[in-house]
Amino acid sequence: MDVDRRGFIKIAGIAIVGLLAAKPIFDIFSRTEAQKNVVEAEAPTQTKWGMAIKIENCKDGCTECIDACNTIHNVPNIPDPKHEIKWIWDKPYEDVFPEQNGQFIADKLKGLPVLILCNHCDKPPCTKVCPTGATWKREDGIVMMDYHRCIGCRYCMAGCPFGARSFNWVDPRPYIKEINPDFPTRTKGVVEKCNFCEERLAKGLIPACVEACTEKALVFGNLDDPNSDIRKLLATNYSIRRKSELGTEPKVYYVV
Amino acid sequence: MYDKGKIIAGIIIFLILITFPIWYLTAHSQASHVPQLQTPTIGNECIESTDYMMDNHMKLLDEWRTMVVREGIHTYTASDGKEWDISITGTCLSCHNKAEFCDQCHNYEGVTPNCWSCHFAGY
Repeated sequence: MDVDRRGFIKIAGIAIVGLLAAKPIFDIFSRTEAQKNVVEAEAPTQTKWGMAIKIENCKDGCTECIDACNTIHNVPNIPDPKHEIKWIWDKPYEDVFPEQNGQFIADKLKGLPVLILCNHCDKPPCTKVCPTGATWKREDGIVMMDYHRCIGCRYCMAGCPFGARSFNWVDPRPYIKEINPDFPTRTKGVVEKCNFCEERLAKGLIPACVEACTEKALVFGNLDDPNSDIRKLLATNYSIRRKSELGTEPKVYYVV
Repeated sequence: MYDKGKIIAGIIIFLILITFPIWYLTAHSQASHVPQLQTPTIGNECIESTDYMMDNHMKLLDEWRTMVVREGIHTYTASDGKEWDISITGTCLSCHNKAEFCDQCHNYEGVTPNCWSCHFAGY
């Protein structure tokens, strides 16, 4: 190729301008930017919902919160464990916090059933990998599901380090004991999880699990409000989170 | 052309047959089957006028879906200012019965909206 010095300088100049202009142009088309503009929750933008669970308050064999959630949200009870759907459930302490010490656990915590639900992380890996935007983080902190847009690829389930999401392998309707007409069921082929009762929050109610707990083991509130009950609880008690070393910033705190 | 008479006669018969729906209905002035919609006799008004709903109910439901799920807005303000809770089961089906109202036109048109696999339409 016969390029003289003048021609070379022209080409180099255009290339440098092009490289500098590329980043702003990519940002315009970037999906993460666009998502921020689409979402506008009804709640004031300074709200950042979070939950604290006082694991020692749980009574033996009590499932009040689980039953309340399953009833109002039409969560099916599928006997086959490969197909089960769970929004809030419990597991022994050692399985919930495997990164905590494994050998000499306090007697009161050994085998203690601890509640697990979607952590509504601040940096959720599930929303980053969703190809359709069917799940996203709202301004008020809730990681929301849009069942209409979900294509059932389960990439979000792969992304969630906590196993908080369930896939509808079968039609859930036959497995729902009594359908609550005020909330839709889901259909085969979509992923579902705890939604922090966003439909109740919109009406000014607290989540069903928090309301149903007679031992007051669940505390829900605005983490951005320094005077809220949850902030006061976290300021006066030692609390841990699941897999905090991963950096997803879960919003469910466990007061041990 | 060869067999001109037969061909032209055949074309005219074909045109008469193919336009059967047009001249048959003009003569009878009504389709053989008209969907019978059982609108509620509760006496309540629909959220919008009947004409508007006939033309736009699909678009309205689509907008409702976006408002509730993606924008977190649970209340719809109708054109007359009245406020309604956005819920197909709670608001629409509180007056209309799916089998007597929605399905009448949908079945006739051969349309199957997939809302009902999730949204509850009654026992």
